[in-house]
Amino acid sequence: MTSWPILSVVTFLPLAGALFIALQRDDEAGVRNARWAALWTTLVTFAVSLILLWRFDPSSPEFQFLEKRPWLGGAITYAMGVDGISLPFVILTTALMPISILASWEAIQSRVRAYMIAFLVLETLLVGTFCALDLVLFYLFFEGGLIPMFLIIGVWGGPRRVYASFKFFLYTLLGSVLMLLAIMAMYWQAGTTDIPTLLHYSFPRTLQIWAWFAFLASFAVKLPMWPVHTWLPDAHVEAPTAGSVILAAILLKLGGYGFLRFSLPMFPQASVELAPLIYALSIVAIVYTSLVALMQEDMKKLVAYSSVAHMGFVTMGLFAMTAQGVAGGIFQMISHGIVSAALFLCVGVVYDRMHTRAIAAYGGLVNRMPLYAFVFMVFTLANIGLPGTSGFIGEFLTLIGTFRINNWVATLATLGTILSAAYALWLYRKVIFGKLEKASLFNITDIGWREIVVLAPLVILTIVFGIYPQPVLDISAASVAQLLDNFQHAVGNVQAAALAR
Amino acid sequence: MNAALTIPAVVPLLPELVLGLGAMALLMVGVYAGERAVRFIDGASIALLLLAGLIVLALPAGKLVTFGDSFVVDGFARFLKILAILGSAAAIAMSIDYAKHEGPQRFEHSVLVVLSTLGMLMLISAADLIALYLGLELMSLPLYVVAASQRSSLRSTEAGLKYFVLGALSSGMLLYGASLVYGFTGTVNFAGIAQSAAAAGPGLIFGLVFLFAGFCFKVSAVPFHMWTPDVYEGAPTPVTAFFAAAPKVAGMAMFVRVAVAAFPGITAQWREILVFVSIASMLLGAFAAIGQRNFKRLMAYSSIGHMGFALIGLAAGTSDGVQGVLVYMAIYLTMTLGVFAVILSMRRSEGMVESIDQLAGLARTHPTMAFFLAMLLFSMAGVPPLAGFFAKFYVFLAAIHAGLYALAVIGVLASVVGAYYYLAIVKIMYFDEPAEGFAAMPYELKVVLAVCGLFNILFFLYPGPLVGVASAAAHSLF
Repeated sequence: MTSWPILSVVTFLPLAGALFIALQRDDEAGVRNARWAALWTTLVTFAVSLILLWRFDPSSPEFQFLEKRPWLGGAITYAMGVDGISLPFVILTTALMPISILASWEAIQSRVRAYMIAFLVLETLLVGTFCALDLVLFYLFFEGGLIPMFLIIGVWGGPRRVYASFKFFLYTLLGSVLMLLAIMAMYWQAGTTDIPTLLHYSFPRTLQIWAWFAFLASFAVKLPMWPVHTWLPDAHVEAPTAGSVILAAILLKLGGYGFLRFSLPMFPQASVELAPLIYALSIVAIVYTSLVALMQEDMKKLVAYSSVAHMGFVTMGLFAMTAQGVAGGIFQMISHGIVSAALFLCVGVVYDRMHTRAIAAYGGLVNRMPLYAFVFMVFTLANIGLPGTSGFIGEFLTLIGTFRINNWVATLATLGTILSAAYALWLYRKVIFGKLEKASLFNITDIGWREIVVLAPLVILTIVFGIYPQPVLDISAASVAQLLDNFQHAVGNVQAAALAR
Repeated sequence: MNAALTIPAVVPLLPELVLGLGAMALLMVGVYAGERAVRFIDGASIALLLLAGLIVLALPAGKLVTFGDSFVVDGFARFLKILAILGSAAAIAMSIDYAKHEGPQRFEHSVLVVLSTLGMLMLISAADLIALYLGLELMSLPLYVVAASQRSSLRSTEAGLKYFVLGALSSGMLLYGASLVYGFTGTVNFAGIAQSAAAAGPGLIFGLVFLFAGFCFKVSAVPFHMWTPDVYEGAPTPVTAFFAAAPKVAGMAMFVRVAVAAFPGITAQWREILVFVSIASMLLGAFAAIGQRNFKRLMAYSSIGHMGFALIGLAAGTSDGVQGVLVYMAIYLTMTLGVFAVILSMRRSEGMVESIDQLAGLARTHPTMAFFLAMLLFSMAGVPPLAGFFAKFYVFLAAIHAGLYALAVIGVLASVVGAYYYLAIVKIMYFDEPAEGFAAMPYELKVVLAVCGLFNILFFLYPGPLVGVASAAAHSLF
């Protein structure tokens, strides 16, 4: 369909930028060049990814912009392609990267070149993960992201950065290696690691169950699901602002994307049988981590725990396997990508000024920072899921999708929305409202131009998607419909076979 | 009568002949010219090794056999010979600067390395137990000498002596095993053993176990690994770099060839041994390295772990598995040589340092060196997209195919534990405050580090050739 490998270009363009930065000298001019080069690279990548959006045919459920080249010999190839499920994540990634670079413009002062290189390499690996159409290639990108993220947290992070980076790395690696073994077992069973082929392959039940658990180990850590979420608050708190943004907005989505791309379509029977487990873990995540969020004294930690709770809605919706549930899960991920990124940026704004994230250190900011108060308000409400913001659409769709299948689960999950209102509003009141009493805050300045440029697109997207979610839902509709079709078909076949016996 | 007079075909033996004669010639030059010729002999040794490598590549294709079926050159042998030659050549190159600073410059060092490499090549081609033993001893004796080459250093002498005593013990076990195998099958030829192995009964298994014990010693696999940390730490660093690379390749070659060529009928029996050895090596390598502060000692445990991973492929006992072992050894060689290039560059004004704490802040004092070392360490940990990931990928792929699920699961878990200490070094380099910088890196170490580092980083772009050649080499055994 395309004459040039557009997906490879989107994927590897940032790497080219990273190479350019690596060749810069380590002086003041080199640092300035590094910043601008990183910004322009991410902007150009974003522009190219918009071509992708423009030429994408949303009425087709098939993979588009296909590329295929021999790679590891045999059935393992370099295969790229996107469908309605992966495209939104590609765009999300390319869109948030320039924002992250801008957010680090002044916050990062030491080893700027290395920082920008790490970010650009990370972008390549993230986009590659969403575009890969071969399991081994997917794993390569999926795991490769650990190296730059490890360095970003460890080099430019807060005081406990070493602990946080090790925990992040080892947790995720532990989850992923089991998935690698499952991928190998699938390879020997099906004779290929080509994802489109595997989507229609029916694995025997035993293999499905084992592989499902192996994939769960990886994606549950990434997402993260309770009880393997404990790396997330540490990583978030210690990471630099832009690191938290990418972590929350994109890295977490890898888990949800993985469920959607692999667990559900490739192991449908296991997914049906083990869905109650996912429901249970999702409910615990939604209710328990919301309660934990209520107790936090650190702003970033609070947002981190709220992320875990919101991801609970995603898993719940996906495993409901209804049209609303799955569409809602995807939408919730995109929306959370925007909102959580924005919340971390908001925390970063005051952190850059005061160098503390303790909630108790703030209060009455509305008096000095009205614009900031407004922006923060929008995202707080979106985080709660107030109608009119994108957060509402995602939660609402996942809840009705689940309600059709299991109304107890949906009812309990609704509790989470109440709790999220409690902690988010509490945070907002403590930080923004009240009297401006603390002497250290008397001279705090409102957000500047650079920060407005960073936050404005996110505000607009939050509200636009809240009122008019159709663009996102339309892109994925055909692919989701086909996913559900295949799923029902596979499960139906098994049930029919069971009945025939 | 006529048969006895026929001179055996020498063409398959050409690389070995070149090395042997060349080494003798260099020895003569050294004896007459003395220390003045050290530089020349180092260079000539490298050239000689590379020449031998070219001859290996230029040999007629297909399976060549000579000396009454006891010496075979097949795809498997070619692949590993090239690896061993490259490892040795790099080790000589890496020793040049060290000798200049640390101490007596002796021309014998390079000659001994060449002679040891000659032993490796014979070992790799050996197709009967006697040829195997000859090759093994020819490889090992120079190793004992170079381990103790710093005569004035207590540690070096101790390392050499320890290596010699334990090496002799392992040779004894290997010979005893060989004699049992001969006794129960009536032949020393691998093909002959393979024919009568199935009917030979439990006595043969005893022989097999003793043979494997000897092999485990040579590749430093648990439970015959005890010498490794002490010898790695005690031997002069360039010698350690040599030990860690080429002899491991040759040892693994004989392990694979004996297991696959001589005992294909009783795979189920030796697989149990290998599964145990492999698991024990991986776990010991992963856990014991955590507490190490000396970089060389840490590399010893790391290499024990890597041998465990490589043996997974052999435990699978299939062509895929052997392919995995070959890919693993090739990538292991580059990772190890690269890391040792850094260890050899850890020189301050007061002399060499070996503690990993001395690497503090390397990312700021020597950013390029730190970057390559970090990539090599991530590669050793098996993180994609670096080459070390593919090394592990192929052996695990074979293990899953062979149904060795428990082995595979324990293996990947050990790799996660192992990742910890590699990360700990990256942490010291990147997260800690800088210590005093090192002296400028000598030119030849820069080349080795850059080549190995780039190979590991860029391998994923074009893995086809290595994997394809390894696959063909593995098929030549079956």
